[in-house]
Amino acid sequence: MLGRLSWAAIPLDQPLPLYAMGAVGIVILVVLGIVTVKGWWPYLWREWITSVDHKRIGVMYVILGLVMLLRGYSDAIMMRTQQAIAVGDAQGYLPPDHYDQIFSAHGTIMIFFVAMPLVIGLMNFAVPLQLGVRDVAFPTLNSVSFWLTATGALLVNVSLVIGSFSRASWWGYPPLSELAFSPDEGVDYYLWPLQISGIGTLLTGVNFVTTILKLRAPGMLYFRMPVFCWTALAANMLIVAAFPVLTATFAMLLLDRYLGMHFFTNEAGGNQMMYANLFWAWGHPEVYILVLPAFGVFSEVAATFSGKGLFSYRSMVLATLGICILSFMVWLHHFFTMGAGADVNSVFGIMSSIIAVPTGAKVFNWLFTLFRGRIVFTTPILFLIGFMITFVLGGLTGVLLAVPPVDFVLHNSAFLVAHFHHVIIGGVVFGALAGINYWFPKAFGFTLDERWGKASFWCWLIGFYLAFMPLYVLGLMGMTRRLQHIADPSWQPLLLVAEAGAIVIFLGILCQIAQLYVSVRTRDVRRDLTGDPWNGRTLEWSTSSPPPAYNFAVLPRVETIDAFWEMKRKGLTAGEPAYETIEMPRNSPIGFIIAFFAAFTGFALIWHIWWIVILGLLAAAVTVLVFGWSENRQHEISANEMARIEQARLGLGRPA
Amino acid sequence: MTVAAIDTVPTGVPTELARGRGGGGPASTRTVVAYGFWIFLLSDFVLFSGLFAAYAVLADQTAGGPTGAELFNLRNVFIETMCLLFSSYTCGLGALSAERRQLGRFLIFAALSFVLGAAFLLIESTEFARMVAEGAGPSRSAFLSGFFTLVGTHGVHVTGGLLWLIYMVAQVVAKGLRPHVLRRLLCWSLFWHALDIVWVGVFTLVYLMGAR
Repeated sequence: MLGRLSWAAIPLDQPLPLYAMGAVGIVILVVLGIVTVKGWWPYLWREWITSVDHKRIGVMYVILGLVMLLRGYSDAIMMRTQQAIAVGDAQGYLPPDHYDQIFSAHGTIMIFFVAMPLVIGLMNFAVPLQLGVRDVAFPTLNSVSFWLTATGALLVNVSLVIGSFSRASWWGYPPLSELAFSPDEGVDYYLWPLQISGIGTLLTGVNFVTTILKLRAPGMLYFRMPVFCWTALAANMLIVAAFPVLTATFAMLLLDRYLGMHFFTNEAGGNQMMYANLFWAWGHPEVYILVLPAFGVFSEVAATFSGKGLFSYRSMVLATLGICILSFMVWLHHFFTMGAGADVNSVFGIMSSIIAVPTGAKVFNWLFTLFRGRIVFTTPILFLIGFMITFVLGGLTGVLLAVPPVDFVLHNSAFLVAHFHHVIIGGVVFGALAGINYWFPKAFGFTLDERWGKASFWCWLIGFYLAFMPLYVLGLMGMTRRLQHIADPSWQPLLLVAEAGAIVIFLGILCQIAQLYVSVRTRDVRRDLTGDPWNGRTLEWSTSSPPPAYNFAVLPRVETIDAFWEMKRKGLTAGEPAYETIEMPRNSPIGFIIAFFAAFTGFALIWHIWWIVILGLLAAAVTVLVFGWSENRQHEISANEMARIEQARLGLGRPA
Repeated sequence: MTVAAIDTVPTGVPTELARGRGGGGPASTRTVVAYGFWIFLLSDFVLFSGLFAAYAVLADQTAGGPTGAELFNLRNVFIETMCLLFSSYTCGLGALSAERRQLGRFLIFAALSFVLGAAFLLIESTEFARMVAEGAGPSRSAFLSGFFTLVGTHGVHVTGGLLWLIYMVAQVVAKGLRPHVLRRLLCWSLFWHALDIVWVGVFTLVYLMGAR
């Protein structure tokens, strides 16, 4: 009846997960209680859950990413603490089985449910505004994407309470992840959520490639698009070209586990290295899916806060597209030690070094943008400067690891751990935080507090260096990654420094929470009444903050790059705008409903409860069929109505 | 305003100023839907490329079990291939009739496409059942895992395509050949042709090269 699920799946004998689960449960109950008591459900349902507005969906993605950042961070601090105290005779507080689950969950969550939602959230929010259009190509599909991603995040977290998570690390290499060595539900808790959220991500890719290539304001030629749109285009093309490979790979592993096939098994001709190849054929482009949009944010930030156009716009675009292509030609550097031979390793080593060239070109472009600019030292520009220094250093250690003989020594060491945290925190996280600080006033109509923002920047920067520089040294001293117990006491001092760094990063997170709290409390004095708080250059700043649901009452006409800057330079045309009748997509619960059934289906698949699987799939299919029959998915706003709405909205002087 | 008129670039206007190409603002719904569906199909091809790669790697790993040459019946495969290719042809004729608003002709071609597609599936599933009965199921060897997954995924796509076709015919009958129905029909026919392209790869790589 319930497949493999039984009471034994709830870890009543382990206090730690129970406490965590109790705490999370109480927080969720309190939040739900407040929402119910205050009667916010109708509002949430109408304005957020069923919303197909790209801005709302973007905000929800970012909130998902930030909430999951807390989960991923708690995994991190637990590992750091274990390594700092479990030295010599001491065994620490985490048994190996639990520790293995934590490092697997940390990587999985940070990549798929923190970095991806943050990056996709920023793209969702900013790209249509920057292109000067009213929404993405497929607004309802966009909502489906978000809710499928949220379903994946939910299922991963369910493993805290019911059953256990994978112990096979965030990439799940076979044969360890095969049934023979991971017989319980752990690996399934890794595979199914990622399959579900992977579909969401793929649909996002399809949606945004179409949006950027086919929906742009009049006059927005390719070489007039803001650089963030270019990087979003590159990232989404990478999603379309890379995510299906991950889906296929995970499907093969699932077939091995569920139907006894032999893709990656030890027996009957299976090939484990094929998994590594396929996984990283997705995995390396994924790195650039994350970091290219961050590069885009920094390009916008650099130009805006220097008060001058981006240096060498065209080379920035070319570098972005160059990285986009090169990112598919370096995957083998993740496993030089596979033993493919010197020739193969040389090719991939050289390709991996070459990919640093366009990235280097970008760094010079940002530097020359700042050079002789009137730099305003806001929080985003601090993140930009911190990023440039940090990312260049992290990139250099990457070039070092791209040399195969060096990699043979440093492979699987703490040095590698330090390297990829260096580029992901220094690149992706700093980029996302800069983007949040940059676009927050556009999303909510008031600016974020600068003092707390700067404090969070310094905590993140210092904390990062304290936490990860010791790991480089430890790697060189011979420490491998994922150690649950430290045998060599001489490593302990550096591990304690790393622990301190992790705590400073936590202070940075606390500063961000304080920043949000203080900003909301003092929002009346920090309203953005002009829609253009930073003296911006691109079209999102030409509409009010927050923008109306339709973004632009009249689509802007674009004549140059930095279209809004040019409009301001020439003097904005006052005059009575010529309103036209427009069509806007209707709200739709379909994303939420499909995700609801997907959650049950995913859970049932993990536990082999086949009747729920069938019911869930049928219900999702019926939902799609019902939606596929409908036709009036848009509602019209007539020209007169638009004029009335605009007058009411702008007449108040203060956007609600 | 007809669907065709929206997409036509007015003469004398530079191409870059046409709608959807930057100069002229957002593209028409029909263009956006078809374009988006093309991108989705490309992603589907990438999915198949992963399965093709896995099959190519595992093709010789028979683990002492039967090889492709022992298992494949090229005569049946040729018949099913012809079914699928002609199904694509009738699908094309159906799309043309739909564009010309010839409801009767469209229904005939849709029925033909369905029958041919179903015949393909019937032959394929009979072959699968025969192989499993002979003890050459997907868990016999890595080669057979790759075979059943690649060919089976294509078969699942064909099944989905047939169900989608029934659903589209229902929409056409209930609502007539209206613009939004035509757009969805366009997506279905793109999907159906794409399955042909994948099958050409399967036929060549799996059957022709494997039957030697």
